[in-house]
Amino acid sequence: MSMLRLLAEGLLGPALTEAPPSSGELIELGAELAMAARRRLGRSLSIRQVDAGSCNGCELEIQALGNAYYDLERFGLRFVASPRHADVLLVTGPVTFNMQEALERTYAATPAPKWVVAAGACAIGSGPFTGGYACVGAVSNVLPVDLRIPGCPPTPTLLLLGLVSLLA
Amino acid sequence: MTWSALKVDAEGWRDAIEALADGRRTLVGLWGEPGVVHMATSGGGEGVIVELACPSGAFPSVGARHAPAIRLERALADLTGLVPEGAADARPWLDHGRWSVRHPLGAAEPSSGPAPYAFLPAEGESLHQIPVGPVHAGVIEPGHFRFTAAGETVVRLEARLGYAHRGLEGLMAGVDLGRAATLAGRASGDSTVAYQIAFARAAEAALGIDPPQRAHWLRALMAELERLANHLGDIGAICNDAAFVLMHAHCGVLREQVLRAADAAFGHRLMMDRIAPGGVAVDLEPAGEAAIRRLVGLIRARFPLIVDLYDDTASLQDRTVGTGIVRPELAARFGAGGHVGRASGRGFDARKAFCYPPYDSLAFDTPTREEGDVNARVWIRIEEVRQSLGLVEQILDRLPASPTHMAVPMGRGEGAALVEGFRGDVFVWVGLAAGRVERAALRDPSWFQWPLLEAAIEGNIVADFPLCNKSFNCSYAGVDL
Repeated sequence: MSMLRLLAEGLLGPALTEAPPSSGELIELGAELAMAARRRLGRSLSIRQVDAGSCNGCELEIQALGNAYYDLERFGLRFVASPRHADVLLVTGPVTFNMQEALERTYAATPAPKWVVAAGACAIGSGPFTGGYACVGAVSNVLPVDLRIPGCPPTPTLLLLGLVSLLA
Repeated sequence: MTWSALKVDAEGWRDAIEALADGRRTLVGLWGEPGVVHMATSGGGEGVIVELACPSGAFPSVGARHAPAIRLERALADLTGLVPEGAADARPWLDHGRWSVRHPLGAAEPSSGPAPYAFLPAEGESLHQIPVGPVHAGVIEPGHFRFTAAGETVVRLEARLGYAHRGLEGLMAGVDLGRAATLAGRASGDSTVAYQIAFARAAEAALGIDPPQRAHWLRALMAELERLANHLGDIGAICNDAAFVLMHAHCGVLREQVLRAADAAFGHRLMMDRIAPGGVAVDLEPAGEAAIRRLVGLIRARFPLIVDLYDDTASLQDRTVGTGIVRPELAARFGAGGHVGRASGRGFDARKAFCYPPYDSLAFDTPTREEGDVNARVWIRIEEVRQSLGLVEQILDRLPASPTHMAVPMGRGEGAALVEGFRGDVFVWVGLAAGRVERAALRDPSWFQWPLLEAAIEGNIVADFPLCNKSFNCSYAGVDL
């Protein structure tokens, strides 16, 4: 009974999904990159997420992109299970030495053309894990980074804004 | 229950090991610093931390007699270079040979580079191995799982973790309390509130101070919101791993509403950096209180429908009932906390055992079940959602008026705290001097849950691993630090 009721409410009730974010002032994105991505990929983008040593806060907010409010897939963006299927690597964390090789191999396994997005303060290089013996630091120390999404963690709105800008 | 510290000799250390091995006490933590090892245990209404000086660089192995200590001991040896004498498993744990140094928290020496890692063997006809990770198929944390399977059936699973090792305890050494609190709040992002409360309480115990009442109550309010957000997310995600997406969609909506209410009330969706030694960083304003009350009303209205959906769907129950069983004696021996322990009959709850404020004056139950399967872990979470709703209402109704923060003196001392996070009890120990952290040790509940996942999956099919894994939802970052 509860299944029928929930399905009926879902079909007949108002949509929970919110309007796409519009202002991009927080994202410093080269127009060139957006054009290139659009030219090569059209309106669809496959994303492989790589946690390179995050505290898992970024993963929580990236997962939230799939919920009914943000509904990532309506923009043609989707998470894929293998780097072989990916156009974009979405990397979080301060890149630990223990994850460096796995990150490099994931990048190598991603077919060109490919883009790297560094999400969150750690991945950008401004997180609390700078210094010490265990972290390489910013993703840009390991891979060429095309887009940076700030925040600790970035909010789903900001993540969406950044990812959609790749297709804008 | 409070913590007392005790310096022991080798004989006293061995007595402490025997008390763990014969089940009189439960292991809470095991950590080292140059020339010293510490072991925290609980039982009989008291928490005890024994400290053994080991000038020779070695100490009697705890893991040799008490398996739950094995990985903690391997991590301790990697970080400090202290040698557990008689240990059955001498393989490294956190040190993958990728750092420039060995023993970074002890007598550091140049690393000799990566060495092959020997997984535990499984022998028999027609066995095959499946290596998975550290990069996984979903949006999850990094770790390696080595399955040995006979056809579809898992014969042995061994996890290899440490990929998310950021050197957090090393970074905490020598920094001021504010920066240390920031780092503690990033041990495991999903438990940021629990870790920041545990760190704050440990530091306050070290300094002999007690923050204002309102701070205690606001901390608990944040802790229960964190529990609600995680449990709601997990209930949906477990069902999603059984390919039942409708539950995931509805639970995701409720989880999002919890995070939005937390943002409205405390200014951050995950409530990071809202708690520090001495109190809390933000007060609850009337608008925030109203947002949380609306949230409670929403969940009370919607959650019963979602629970009915879970309970009424036979095809879903077919996947969760009888899958991934943890036997109660194993949960007790490992001192497994949270939903993993409670689904297997272990009712330990740090909020009750240590009676820290304001839980000493709030009414709530700690649910337990005996079956120990995925279904039981789902029902524990469902019941805990109900309990947390009641706690949130009690806190809002009785929130005392007082300042939210007090000045923190520049004292010297050691302190410990055990705090109930959504996944189980989080333990933090700190040594402070002149307003700085000299040494900190953080122990995630997952230390005592990961090994049980390996036991739970045995005899199940490989395809049920994601389901079992999500029903545990252990932290990688919290264990790797």
